[in-house]
Amino acid sequence: MPHRTFFWFIIPSLAAMILFIALPVISVLIQSLHVEHEQVLISAENCGPFGCKQVVIIDTAATAQIREDQPLGQFSGFDNYTNRSHLAFDEVSLAWSSSESISGFFEKLLNLPFYKALAFTLTYTFVVTPFVIVLGLAIALGVNALPKFAKGPTIFVSLLPMIVTPLIGSLILFWMIDGDGVIGASIQYLFNDPNLSLKASPSLTWMMLIVYGIWHSAPFSFIVFYAGLQSVPADTLEAATIDGANRWQRIRYVVVPYMKPLVVFIMLMQLMDNFRVLEPIVSFASEASATSLSWIIYKDLTQDTQLFGSAAATSMLTIVGVAILLFPVLIRTWRDFSRTAH
Amino acid sequence: MSTIKTIALTATAAAILTSSVAFAECGIEGNANVSILGNDFPALHAVFSAAEECAGSGVTVAKNHNKDFKNLMVPALSANPAEYTAVTVANGTLVTLMNSDLVRSLDDLVAKHGSSLNKSQLVTVNGKVMAVAFMANAQHLFYRSDILSQVGMSADEVQTYEQVLTAAKRIRDAGIMEYPVALNTKAGWNLGEEFVNMYLGTGADMFTPGTAKVSINNADGVATLNMLKDLVSYSHPDFLTFDSNATQAMWEGGKLALATMWGSRTVGVLDDEGSTEQVVMNTDFASAPSFNGGSTPASSLWWDGFVISKNVSDADAEASFIAMMNGISTEMVQANNDAATWLIEGYVPSKAASGVSATAMNGASPYPMLPFMGALHGAAGSELSDFLQGNESAEQALADMEAAYNVAAKEKGFL
Repeated sequence: MPHRTFFWFIIPSLAAMILFIALPVISVLIQSLHVEHEQVLISAENCGPFGCKQVVIIDTAATAQIREDQPLGQFSGFDNYTNRSHLAFDEVSLAWSSSESISGFFEKLLNLPFYKALAFTLTYTFVVTPFVIVLGLAIALGVNALPKFAKGPTIFVSLLPMIVTPLIGSLILFWMIDGDGVIGASIQYLFNDPNLSLKASPSLTWMMLIVYGIWHSAPFSFIVFYAGLQSVPADTLEAATIDGANRWQRIRYVVVPYMKPLVVFIMLMQLMDNFRVLEPIVSFASEASATSLSWIIYKDLTQDTQLFGSAAATSMLTIVGVAILLFPVLIRTWRDFSRTAH
Repeated sequence: MSTIKTIALTATAAAILTSSVAFAECGIEGNANVSILGNDFPALHAVFSAAEECAGSGVTVAKNHNKDFKNLMVPALSANPAEYTAVTVANGTLVTLMNSDLVRSLDDLVAKHGSSLNKSQLVTVNGKVMAVAFMANAQHLFYRSDILSQVGMSADEVQTYEQVLTAAKRIRDAGIMEYPVALNTKAGWNLGEEFVNMYLGTGADMFTPGTAKVSINNADGVATLNMLKDLVSYSHPDFLTFDSNATQAMWEGGKLALATMWGSRTVGVLDDEGSTEQVVMNTDFASAPSFNGGSTPASSLWWDGFVISKNVSDADAEASFIAMMNGISTEMVQANNDAATWLIEGYVPSKAASGVSATAMNGASPYPMLPFMGALHGAAGSELSDFLQGNESAEQALADMEAAYNVAAKEKGFL
């Protein structure tokens, strides 16, 4: 395709990408470099049903003037990135110099909100992603081997976890694992411990969130693999059978190599998706034990004191995180692509 | 034929009559649009429905009950004209609106249409009326009198949290309940509220007066945290997921003997749904306990009231005020007496309100109306859970809270 034609061909999507992706990201970046302008505080008497009290209030007239002069707020450079709520440079270096052991350092590090969230986000991403790929492939192989009449209903049922909205799906699971819920009560019965609770300890909460993540995402990888399996050439499989390959060997040496591009695709999607985990943390009320980067953004924007600069900084750091995660996979794909192209 | 005609005529006449009566009652003149935003709970439904009666001949009344009204209100009222002409708020939410200068001073409207209001209903800042309060709420003690008497204690013996701990220990030792105590300790806003309540019980200030400088990292802060930790040691290990719905369900399920819960939950606990007769019969309410040798109840008093938006026309503002006055009329209270602890003339206090009244009578402090209070509340809500789980010391938790507050307050331009 001549470059000119190619250019005209992609211009609509390019324009949409600039408008809906690039510009918002730039606006978030600018937001992240600012904090709100100074608030002028004055003392006032506040009376109500429960008596009078001396309080301070914001002098809105004076503050409005400042706001007009600096509509973006005060420029703060990278303060939003380096303060305690984010990368916490000062706190980390203090923790490093004051800790005698590595474990002591990590304990202090994980006491900082950003690193606490990052620890769970990364664990979640790196545990859920491989499980989803392996489990999805296993389900796809299983369904593919079913007799024809059973395939449709099985596929439908297997897709259900993905169809349920994450917020609702995790809320249902949250109720089921309650001490009075069906799963929670069964586990208490199994371990003969009436006080065992999946919500009480951080490690059990992490496990529960990860199990939920696998349950929710496995159908996606299943359906992609199932579609891929239909394109594996029957000739090759037959030839392998005649050569005496058993079912496991056929899967290992014929099917899996054919699935490789799909594995890369699913890995890319899952790394991105899992890095942005949010809904189960909200539904499981797991703030005390597990938080994620997206959850920090959500909290900054929904609490009584909305912190836009802070949320913007966390958003930028999330983008950087996704870029770092995807970099090795993209490099590899690019190399494979160049190799086949020449 | 003639009968049908008569019926039709009577119906029309009745319709005209009722609408003109409603018009006369509300007294809104000319055309106006009223739209009200507020939280979603039964007492507010009663108020909004009564306000809706003002609709008719040229006057429209729209309402929106939304649990997330806090997130909606600032953008909706910043628009000009504002999306809502009136909002029902509480102590904390009024500050958020005032920080952005979105509420109208009500002095002239109160003078013109507010003759039926008690003076104590007027929420003023520097003498200017900013909101009209109509109901009160506070967290206070719920107790099971049957279980207390089983362990040989009476209602007089749970007036301090130290006594509550003694009672809890006896209940546990007697094998009646392993986890008899609950507070709304869900990490986040709820846990932050428990910290604020307990800290107010020390009588100390949370900020250096006149500034946004926080002062909680002290002996009072340590006492507050230790009491919270002692209490949750008698709570089910899931306590960091307990919100009001969870604690109410546990109470109604008979799993609790002593709990600090919102006054607005008493009606739900006492009604004949979701619980057994034994629980309902033996549920009693008392003032929020004090602690640490202090005399102030460790709780904060909340009011709910309404404000009128700044960015609406004077005619709409006046119509909204009249409609809301109709919403909080004595007739509404008489029809919904037990739905809330009303601050309105004509309210007959019931058992459901006894806890809130006792807490107010014992001199509990109102929730602090400070522009930076939300930042401290949020910091407490997220930094306390490590301490309550036993992962860090009280001093460390307070230092974390202080640090988290400073970052947020700096970003908001307060420090």
